[in-house]
Amino acid sequence: MALDTTPKGWRSWVRYALLIVMAIIILFPIYTTIVASLKPGNRVLRNPLVPDSFTLDVLGDAWTQGRLGRYLWNSAVVAVIVTAFQLITSIASAYAFSFLRFPLKRFFFAIFMATLLVPFEVTLLINRRTVDSLGWLNTYQGLAVPFLATAFGTFLLRQVFMQIPKDLNEAASMDGLGHWGFMREVAVPLVRPTLGALGLFSFLASWNQYLWPTMITTEDDMNTIQSGLRLLRSSDLDKPNLIMAGTIIAAVPILVVLVVFQRQLVRGLTAGAVKG
Amino acid sequence: MFSRGKYGRGVASIRLVGVSKHFGDVKAVDNVSLDIADREFMILLGPSGCGKSTLLRTIAGLEDPTGGEVYIGDRVVNDVLPKDRDVAMVFQSYALYPHKSVRANIEFPLKVRGVDKVERAEAANQAAEVLGLTPYLDRKPGALSGGQRQRVALARAIVRRPAVFCMDEPLSNLDAKLRAETRAEIVALHHRLEATFVYVTHDQVEAMTMGTRIAVMRDGVIEQVGSPQEVYDTPASVFVAQFIGTPPMNIFPAGALEPGNLLVGGRPEDTTITRDQGVAATVVLVEHLGHEAQVVCAVDDHTRAIVRMNPSDDLPRNGDTVRLNVPVEARHRFDSASGTRVD
Amino acid sequence: MSGATKRRWRDVPLAAVMLGPSLVVLVAFVLYPLGRAVWLGQQRCNVQATKCRSVGWGQYTDVLMSNEFQSAVWVTVKFALITVPVGLALGIGLAVLADKHMRHIGFFRTVFSSTVATSVAVASLMWLFLLQPSVGVLANIGWLNDIFPVIKEPGLLNDKGTALSSVAISSIWANLGFTFIIITAGLQGIPRELQESAFVDGAGGWRRFTNVTLPLLGPTLLFTTVVLTSRAFQAYGEIDLLTNGGPVPQQSTTTVTYLIYGSSSIIKSNEGLKAAVAVLLFVILLGLSALQFRGLGKRVHYGS
Repeated sequence: MALDTTPKGWRSWVRYALLIVMAIIILFPIYTTIVASLKPGNRVLRNPLVPDSFTLDVLGDAWTQGRLGRYLWNSAVVAVIVTAFQLITSIASAYAFSFLRFPLKRFFFAIFMATLLVPFEVTLLINRRTVDSLGWLNTYQGLAVPFLATAFGTFLLRQVFMQIPKDLNEAASMDGLGHWGFMREVAVPLVRPTLGALGLFSFLASWNQYLWPTMITTEDDMNTIQSGLRLLRSSDLDKPNLIMAGTIIAAVPILVVLVVFQRQLVRGLTAGAVKG
Repeated sequence: MFSRGKYGRGVASIRLVGVSKHFGDVKAVDNVSLDIADREFMILLGPSGCGKSTLLRTIAGLEDPTGGEVYIGDRVVNDVLPKDRDVAMVFQSYALYPHKSVRANIEFPLKVRGVDKVERAEAANQAAEVLGLTPYLDRKPGALSGGQRQRVALARAIVRRPAVFCMDEPLSNLDAKLRAETRAEIVALHHRLEATFVYVTHDQVEAMTMGTRIAVMRDGVIEQVGSPQEVYDTPASVFVAQFIGTPPMNIFPAGALEPGNLLVGGRPEDTTITRDQGVAATVVLVEHLGHEAQVVCAVDDHTRAIVRMNPSDDLPRNGDTVRLNVPVEARHRFDSASGTRVD
Repeated sequence: MSGATKRRWRDVPLAAVMLGPSLVVLVAFVLYPLGRAVWLGQQRCNVQATKCRSVGWGQYTDVLMSNEFQSAVWVTVKFALITVPVGLALGIGLAVLADKHMRHIGFFRTVFSSTVATSVAVASLMWLFLLQPSVGVLANIGWLNDIFPVIKEPGLLNDKGTALSSVAISSIWANLGFTFIIITAGLQGIPRELQESAFVDGAGGWRRFTNVTLPLLGPTLLFTTVVLTSRAFQAYGEIDLLTNGGPVPQQSTTTVTYLIYGSSSIIKSNEGLKAAVAVLLFVILLGLSALQFRGLGKRVHYGS
C-alpha cells in the first residue's frame, strides 16, 4: 500500500464537514458586511443574516458622501510613489553594497541594518514634527517621503545580488560593461522575481498604513482610504450600512491587486523570512 | 573570416615582467616573468592553488598586479581596463547570462561596443555556425547541456575577434568523453582564429595535447617553460617530473641506483624489473589495464615506483621482492636538496 | 597613484550616488527621530509642544514605574498571548486541513486566504458591525443573546472582561489569511519522500504530523511567530476603531502603542511622556526579538 494522501470514505466526509464549518466562520463577517451594505438603511437591523432586500443605493451613497473615490485615489498615489521609490532606492543601495568597493562599507551597512530594529511607533512621533516643520502636513510628500527608502528591501536585494556568480560580473567587465550597464542588463533582470515580491510587499504595506495618515492628515481631501474609513466610523455610526458599504468599497481594490499579483503573493508575504 | 583586430588593436604578444600578486601574506603569484609569442597556445599548468588562475586573471585585467608589468603588444596594460585590452575570457563556469537567449549572449559583447544590429546578427550567426550552435540560438542557457553551454561561452569569446583568448579551465565541468572531443575543437579553433591563447588547466593531458608551450607553475612561481615534449623529456625539477606524465616519474632515493647524493628518476615505461641489478623493492599492487599492466612497488616507506609492463609478460605477484632499474641513458638526475635538474 | 589605489577609490562617487538617497531618508526618518525621541523622553513640554525643558532622565524611571505604563504593558502582553498562539494554531490547523488532494480544495484555500486582502481598518469595521450592540449583528440574534446577555448589555466591546478578547478575535481573523498562506507554503516545501519514509517506518498520520511535519515546519513557524508577535505589540488600528482603548475607567484595551498615539490616551497631550513610552517600547521589542531568535532559533530545523 502506498502513502495516499487523498482521504476516502467517511474520512473525506469528516474533512469536508470541517472545511465547510471553517469556511462559514471565516466568511461570516464578510457575509454580514455584504448583506448589510445591500439593504436600505431602515432594514439593516432586522434579520441581519438574511439578504431579504436588495439595493445599490447604499453603496452609491457611501461612494459620494464618504468621498471614498478621493480616499482611494490618495491611497493609490501614495502607494505607487512609495513602491516605485522603495524599489529604486533598494536596488541602488543593495547594488552598492554588493558590487562596489568603497571605504567604510561595513559601517554603512551596519547603519542600514540598525534601522531595521527601530519600530515606527518610536519614530512617528518625531517624524510628525519634522513633516510639520517642512510644511508637509496634508500633502502627498508628507504621506510618502518618510517611507521612500527601506533597509529591509536593501537587505533582501543584497541577499539575491550576492548570489549572482562573480564570474558573471567579470564576464560583463570583459565584455566592456560598466556598473550601470551591469545593473541594467544583468543584475536587475536576474532578480526580477524578488523585485516583484518586494514591490507587492511595499505596495501592501503602504496601502495598509493606518497610524501615519491619521497623524498627519487634518484636511478631508488628503485622507487615505484607511484614515478615511476611520473618519467614516466616527461620523456615521447612526448609519451602519453606510460604513459597511464603505468597507466593501475599500476592500475591493486590494482584492484586485492580489488576484492580479497572485504569483508574487507568497514570496511577497514571506519576503521577511530571509535566513540571515 | 575571423580576421582579428576588427574591434581591437590586433597585436597579441604578451610579456610579463616580474609580475607579483599578493593577497595579504599569501603570494599567489611571485615575481613571474614570461614571454608569450603572438599566436602561441600557452598552457599555464599546475595543481590547484599554484597561482595559474591568478596569473591568467592578471593578464585579462581582472586582478591588479601587486608588482611588475604586464605588456600586451608593446604597451603596458597594468592600468588598462579589461574591456580595452583586446582580450576575451572563457570562464570555468561559462558565466553565461541566464536570462538572455543564446543569440543575445553571443551578441552581447558587440552590443556593448555599439556594433550595429545587422553586423551583430551576422557575427553571431557565423560564430554559432563555427561551433555548431545554430539550432540553439533562441534557447536560454538553462535549456542547454554542459557541452553546449561551453560552446556558447566560446562563441561569445570569438565573436569579438580579440587578439588574446584567456581560458580558465574551460573543460573541467565536462564529462571525460566530451572533454576529449572539445579539446580537439579548441585546438582547431586556435589554428583557425590565428590568435594568442592562454589556457589554464590542472590536467596534464590537456596541457600535453593542446599547448604549443607549457608553463608549469607551483607556489606562485614558474618552474619550467617549454614545449610539451621538452617538459616531458627534460623536466627541470622533481616537481615537474612528477606532475607531467601518468603514471608519474619514479624518483629513487639518493644512493639507491647510483653512488653520490643525486636523486635518480625514471619514467615508468623506462623502469624495468631485473633479476640482479638495481634497487630492491616489494610489489604491493598489480593493476591490469588491458593493453598494459602497472606494477606498483614500495622501494621504502616513503617511495613508490610504478613499472609499466606488457600484460603477456611474466608478471610478479603481490608481496614478491623484485629489483628495479633504469637504463643509464633514460635516467633523470636531480639535486636532492633543491630538487632541480642536474645534467 | 598606483592602479590598485585608483581602483579602490574609483567606485566612491558612484557609491555615493547610489547610497545617498536611501541614507538621507533612513537617517532623517529613522535614526534622527530615534535619537530625538530618546532626548525628548526626559523633557516636559507644554500642551502645544512648542516649549520643552529637560526634567532629567528620571522621567524614564517614573514612566516605567507608573501604573498607566505597567497596565499598558500588561494589556499588550495579554493581547499577544491570545493572538499569537491562537492565530498560529488556527493557521496550522487550516493549512493541514486544506493540504490534501480533494475536489473543491482550491475554493477552500481561497476562502481561508481571503482575509489577507483586508486592511486593519476594513477588518475592524467588519467586526465592529458584528459586535457593537447599537449597530451589531450579534446583538440582533435573539437566541444568542439569551445565552450570552453580555452581547447586548453592555456589549462585548464595552465589557471590561470581554473587550480585549473581542479585539483579539478581530485581529486573529484579520491575520488568519496571512498565517494560512505562509504555513501552506511551508507545508508544500516539505519533501514528500520524508513523509513516505516515515510511512514506511510504520508511523501513522498523527505521528507523521508530530515527528515529520511539525519539526520541518520549524523555520516557517518561527517566522510566523515573529511576525504575529510584532504585529500584536504594534496593534493600534483595531483598538482605535473598536474600543478607543476602553472601556473606561479600567482602560482594559489600552496597549502600549495606544498609550502613545491613542486619541483618548491619558498622556495624549504630553509629548515628553509619549516619547519616553515610545523609547521604552523600542527597548521591549528589541529584547523580545533577541529572545525569540535565541529561544526558538535553537529548536528550529532549517532544511538544507
